[in-house]
Amino acid sequence: MRISRPIVPVALALALAACGSDAQPAAEAQEIKVGLLHSLSGTMAISEVTVRDAELLAIDEINRAGGVLGKKLVPVAEDGASDWPTFAEKATKLIRQDKVATVFGGWTSASRKAMLPVFERYKALLWYPVQYEGLESSPYIFYTGATTNQQIIPGLDYLKEQGKKKVFLVGSDYVFPRTANKIIKAYAAANGMEVLGEEYTPLGHTEYSTLVNKVVQARPDAVFNTLNGDSNVAFFKQLKSAGVTAETMPVLSVSVAEEEVTGIGVDNIAGHPVAWNYYQTTETPANEAFVKAYKAKYGATKVTSDPMEAGYNAVYLWAEAVKKAGTTEVEAVKKAAPGISLDRPEGKVTIDGENQHLYKTARIGIIQPDGLIKQVWDSGEPIKPDPYLKAYPWAAGLAAS
Amino acid sequence: MTAFVNQLPIGLSIGAVLLLVALGLTFTFGQMGVINMAHGEFIMAGAYTAFLIGDLVLALPAAFLVAGAMGLVLERAAVRHFYGRPLDTLLLTWGVSLVLQQLARDLFGAPNVQVPAPSWLAGGVGILPYNRLFIMALAVAGVVAVWLYLNRTALGRRTQAVVQNRRLAATSGIDTGRVDMLTFFVGSGLAGVAGVALTLIGPVGPGLGTYYIVDAFLVVVAGGLGQLRGAVLAAAGLGLLNSYAEFWSDASLAKVIVFAVIIAFLQVRPQGMFVLRSRVLT
Repeated sequence: MRISRPIVPVALALALAACGSDAQPAAEAQEIKVGLLHSLSGTMAISEVTVRDAELLAIDEINRAGGVLGKKLVPVAEDGASDWPTFAEKATKLIRQDKVATVFGGWTSASRKAMLPVFERYKALLWYPVQYEGLESSPYIFYTGATTNQQIIPGLDYLKEQGKKKVFLVGSDYVFPRTANKIIKAYAAANGMEVLGEEYTPLGHTEYSTLVNKVVQARPDAVFNTLNGDSNVAFFKQLKSAGVTAETMPVLSVSVAEEEVTGIGVDNIAGHPVAWNYYQTTETPANEAFVKAYKAKYGATKVTSDPMEAGYNAVYLWAEAVKKAGTTEVEAVKKAAPGISLDRPEGKVTIDGENQHLYKTARIGIIQPDGLIKQVWDSGEPIKPDPYLKAYPWAAGLAAS
Repeated sequence: MTAFVNQLPIGLSIGAVLLLVALGLTFTFGQMGVINMAHGEFIMAGAYTAFLIGDLVLALPAAFLVAGAMGLVLERAAVRHFYGRPLDTLLLTWGVSLVLQQLARDLFGAPNVQVPAPSWLAGGVGILPYNRLFIMALAVAGVVAVWLYLNRTALGRRTQAVVQNRRLAATSGIDTGRVDMLTFFVGSGLAGVAGVALTLIGPVGPGLGTYYIVDAFLVVVAGGLGQLRGAVLAAAGLGLLNSYAEFWSDASLAKVIVFAVIIAFLQVRPQGMFVLRSRVLT
């Protein structure tokens, strides 16, 4: 069972792609090709494969409901291979050779930054489904994950509300954690919080005893964790063995979702808070249907997570924009997109016309002993995306640097 | 000050992890001169064995056999045709390593899996958790076992004889092909044992091996090829260096410092800490 599951969608996608490229004008008129560009191999595959799966689910559902403009969507899946130049290369291939109408793809900021010039050069569309560090707004990218004011700042607000005054920052050594921590330090300075330490480890780092020692000695009220990927497993295991508990020192993570909890081990992370816009347990009618459909397609033990939901939404939002525009032509879709508002699993999302990000509801959750995440706080209403943090006086100067 | 003192046992425990992942390489790379890039994937195979068995203690011998068997197949099917061609071996085993990673991804899925730590390893003494002490004890036991094997068993002595002079050993009636096979079996099996121990502190996923392979080679190279005491000293030294370098700077810079020290050290002593005077495999 386990063996065949990850292969089937790829094979399906490839088979469908093969049919599509047979250049039969009659058939082609009935189809719209869309690109899916995620890492299906390498270190990021762990996360990106699930987003690709969620996007395939959305495509399936849309096709079953009659497609877009009466045409079926045909996914063309490519492997970014956790390698940033490969993302740029495959993006070019999807745009130039496959002539896809749009691309859904990327996870790491490095992959997005590698693809950005390609999409701007060919005036093609990219839908990027993961929370990121903000300070970007390309006219050819739609951002369906959270920007900083919809995830990190609400996370800090939550810590402040909980009376956590002294924080320790732990992150992976690349653009997202470093930018996020700059924002956190500016926030702390303006809100009477103290940053006791700031530590970075290379991606894939697994030896955390020294760092845990530093954190324990500093005695912070809370840790703000921007580690990415497998490092989270090593960090939480070693933190737990050092006797740190969620009661004495909660670790707020922004890159640990349902999917990662299993690998970390529920015992090692239960009780710690996370900040996202969506959880599998989020109570909306659309989410009930999404979770059910996802489990039906990929297996009852599978979980849904924020980036998966954002990828799933991206396909629907694009389809909605195409319907409104009456064509898949990029400039027309871009023009039609602003203001589109849909009820999605995370609740209502609306495309902001100014920066092509989404209005999203921020949610803080606590990891439960069953591995799911229970919401303990939300922003009440969708927050306007503000990638350059213009609405926050303390953040002045961040965008410039 | 406490933090500073704490770094000493932490350094030794980092050293124990390094030693454990490198122990198998002292056989395949150290004794036989095979640059086995798939060593990391044998570690991964050990970790997944622990995942399938679900019991750490039972998994230790099982992982030894599983990873050892994989090593045996690799040696018989491929590596033995490439002896004396280190660059070809490197490419070959690197390819095997990629294949094994993808195989793990297809078999177990891309996300990490969880191996529950036994309850008797919860808690700790001072700064060191019991699971770290367990790894240190396992590393010591591994070194003792390897030493006994090499010096106190007929098979081990034959291994040494083949390393020191292959043709003379063959002339003396030693089946060198069989010795190669067994050496590779033991070396790979030790990687499997390391994999079981690593489930206590790190991720268990298809990429597991890639996180440790470079460190493992560093230990063997710095210690001197084929030298058990060299590997022990190098692992302890690198562990302590890592611990204090990271304490005074950060993890990224500590890596740079460790590499810089090793490069400088190899300028002075290209053969590593200890030199084995022998003829390498031809």
